[in-house]
Amino acid sequence: MKIAVCISQVPDTESNITISTDSKNLDLDELDYIINPYDEYALEEALKTKEIFNGEVIVISAGADKNKDALKKALAIGANKAVHLKTNESFDSLNLAKLLYEEIKTHQPVLVFFGKQSADYSNSVTGQITAQLLNYNLLSNVSNLEISENRIIAEREIDGWKEKVSTTFPAVITAEKGLNTPRYPSLKGIMTAKKKPFIEKVIENTLNCTERIELKRPKNKSAGKVAVNSDEGINGLISFLQNEVKIL
Amino acid sequence: MNNNFIVFLEQTDGKITKSSYEVLGAALDLSYKLNCSVEAIVIGKNFVFDESLRLKNLLKITHCKTSNKYLAPSEYANIISGHYSDLVNKDIFFANSSLGKDIAASLAARLDTGIITDCIELSIEEDSIIAVRPIFSGKILDKLKLKGESRIFNLRANNFSPPNKFGDKTEIIIKIIDSFISDFQLLEIIKASGKVDISEAEIIVSGGRGLKDTSNFSLIEELSKILNGAVGASRAVVDAGWRPHYEQIGQTGKTVSPNVYIAVGISGAIQHLAGMNSSKYIVAINKDADAPIFKIADYGIVGDALEILPKLIAELKSLKLKGI
Ligand SMILES: Cc1cc2nc3c(=O)[nH]c(=O)nc-3n(C[C@H](O)[C@H](O)[C@H](O)COP(=O)(O)OP(=O)(O)OC[C@H]3O[C@@H](n4cnc5c(N)ncnc54)[C@H](O)[C@@H]3O)c2cc1C
Ligand SMILES: Nc1ncnc2c1ncn2[C@@H]1O[C@H](COP(=O)(O)O)[C@@H](O)[C@H]1O
Repeated sequence: MKIAVCISQVPDTESNITISTDSKNLDLDELDYIINPYDEYALEEALKTKEIFNGEVIVISAGADKNKDALKKALAIGANKAVHLKTNESFDSLNLAKLLYEEIKTHQPVLVFFGKQSADYSNSVTGQITAQLLNYNLLSNVSNLEISENRIIAEREIDGWKEKVSTTFPAVITAEKGLNTPRYPSLKGIMTAKKKPFIEKVIENTLNCTERIELKRPKNKSAGKVAVNSDEGINGLISFLQNEVKIL
Repeated sequence: MNNNFIVFLEQTDGKITKSSYEVLGAALDLSYKLNCSVEAIVIGKNFVFDESLRLKNLLKITHCKTSNKYLAPSEYANIISGHYSDLVNKDIFFANSSLGKDIAASLAARLDTGIITDCIELSIEEDSIIAVRPIFSGKILDKLKLKGESRIFNLRANNFSPPNKFGDKTEIIIKIIDSFISDFQLLEIIKASGKVDISEAEIIVSGGRGLKDTSNFSLIEELSKILNGAVGASRAVVDAGWRPHYEQIGQTGKTVSPNVYIAVGISGAIQHLAGMNSSKYIVAINKDADAPIFKIADYGIVGDALEILPKLIAELKSLKLKGI
């Protein structure tokens, strides 16, 4: 079974991100980067599936040189092959999906895993767009997966509930938290990763559908009233809900 | 009047969801400014039309009546692109719900159209639609516009006003969709306990590790019920197995913007704030006066949640009895 996993490298959530003086760019150097948390679930599920059905797991990441680290880690964890689509440009979700689609289709995988959402741009649609470009069945926000020879059964987390659906191959799955517990790279994994195929493709002139006008910070919420006496606080809260929020 | 808008109205049990009613409101607002017209489409077995859908500038609502019990997102997209032959020069608006994003993504791929998800603000500058969306867990706002002949937008719940200009020209059309063979099969629906959908809720009462034990969440449930809200949770209590994951708020959970967010026994870690810091009002109850949640709270009480909640619930109940 051939499986592809798309992963991205994102700044650690604790990072302080600064906006450039022209308000059009972000200062993203010098930050600590991690594999996007949801992509760890995606990778783990791909590896688990490979262990049952045999085959290979190909990890793909598009972006600057920092993305190499995510791919190397994925190889150390157990992926068989990595493809780095190298570019310094950033792209909107449609053009990112097109780029990933061009690469994925050359491998003809029966399953493609994505994270449900990236921690940086959080478009939450890259997997879905790619599914349509590939013309694969889509299962988004999957928190539980059962795969058999010819069917996939998935639990999907919808807005306030869950549904259990089944579909056929080939399919794109976007991973939700709870799907599994990602493993760590072992020492042996780190050693063998160096011998695994690592393909780099330089991408030029990516198109972009969006034009950035400005980056800004959200209005800073200033701290409001804090009551230290419980009884006063309860009365204060009730009048706050009545007079300011106006919900009572 | 060119550049027409299409709004996808999501429904549950035949009723338009609150968030897609807001999407309709936002699209109509833009249409008044750009002097263009709006059409809406509803897909499903049932759809109950009511007068709140007769609106100024809303030309027509097409109800695509399907006999298939379950539709996959790509099947919704098939119906939409089958119905409108000229989608390539329209702007299409969806809710930022799970289904809304899946369908919007499918259409973006088919039409080769740019898409902006999770919009919290839309405006017009020089005849173009400008969107604002939060990035990097809400730390930065990205203001941008889409190039091209058509555009797709997904709008975050609770950030746009419902329609307010009523009209009498809205036409209702029913189109029967023949049943088709699907690759997808629905096996089961697992519903959340509460009545109110958390991503649309006006009020969310959220509990964290400060509640000490899973059983104390009955206090959170009771408070949310009195306020007609939904229950939320921090990751710590979801990981502990006290609450289901669909209640988790934050970076690896849901992003919500209710009118009021009440955080009880939640420290206010950056990953939690990422999911709720765009709430209109934030209330915090925490026994530690230095907890970071107080930095963004509009109203805070320092104290033991297990003492405060029962008293607060009793007060609110007696207010209700008095009919206030
Ligand atoms: C990659 C990543 C993603 C994450 N995603 C999320 C996410 O989506 N959502 C999320 O919530 N977290 C997330 N986290 C975890 C986050 O960092 C925090 O660990 C978590 O939010 C803490 O939950 P808590 O506030 O319930 O618990 P704690 O931090 O333990 O806070 C408990 C609070 O309760 C107070 N308290 C204790 N007893 C009482 C009492 N009797 N009465 C009143 N107050 C009391 C304490 O003073 C304290 O402030 C993520 C972390 C990482 C690394
Ligand atoms: N630069 C990238 N390279 C490869 N995959 C990506 C990239 N960015 C996002 N993805 C994938 O798309 C998913 C959703 O991202 P997004 O649509 O940005 O929220 C992520 O969880 C990844 O699986």
